[in-house]
Amino acid sequence: MSDPLFGIHAKALSLGRARMDVLAANIANADTPNYLAKDVDFAQALKTETTTGSSAAEVWRVPLQASADGNTVDVQIEQAQFAQAALKYQASLNFLDGRVRALMTAITGQ
Amino acid sequence: MSTFRIFEIAGSALAAQSVRLNATASNLANANNVAGSPDAVYQAREPVFEVVTDAQGEAAGVRVTDVQTSAAEPQKLYQPGHPLADAEGYVYAPSINVVEEMVNMISAQRSYQSNVEVFNTVKDLTMRTLTLGK
Repeated sequence: MSDPLFGIHAKALSLGRARMDVLAANIANADTPNYLAKDVDFAQALKTETTTGSSAAEVWRVPLQASADGNTVDVQIEQAQFAQAALKYQASLNFLDGRVRALMTAITGQ
Repeated sequence: MSTFRIFEIAGSALAAQSVRLNATASNLANANNVAGSPDAVYQAREPVFEVVTDAQGEAAGVRVTDVQTSAAEPQKLYQPGHPLADAEGYVYAPSINVVEEMVNMISAQRSYQSNVEVFNTVKDLTMRTLTLGK
């Protein structure tokens, strides 16, 4: 069900934060042996969140090249994905910000 | 789920990487530290990292579980004039590969930087979220 005031963006924000959690954990464990990198399938997560209210769409990251210690984190990929997630989060924030401003204008009439 | 969990994740990585930098600094500082017997020689330190998982089994950071000392045989150097030399004229130096330690240091530094980057980004986004509509 869609939020009448803020639409999809409130959910996009909380999901975006959850995704950044996962990516931050990947970057934090870039040097941990046998750590398997994960990511959130954002589109899938947002779809299930809006239809069923639950969000579980974690996927394993497939490494470009295997490392000797069993770690599958590629810091460059994780950083790029993190930057992308941060940008999308900011986009949602901008939409929400505009919505709040519009509502405030409507309420105060100024 | 805590809203500020991401700070703990990045913070734990900063702590772990600084332990690694400390170990490297200690190894480099003691690379030329000779001793009079094989038992008294400095042994290289090597931290061991492990994933921290939360109650749901999700990765929630990293920690140093152990700092292992290297079992490598010390180098035996013949220096009869050295004040620490034993009866046969030998002193013992730790077998630390300085190049390896430098590479380790650069790697730790890069990882530290990545995590600082994550920390700053999330801090900015959180500040913007807190001032939403202002």
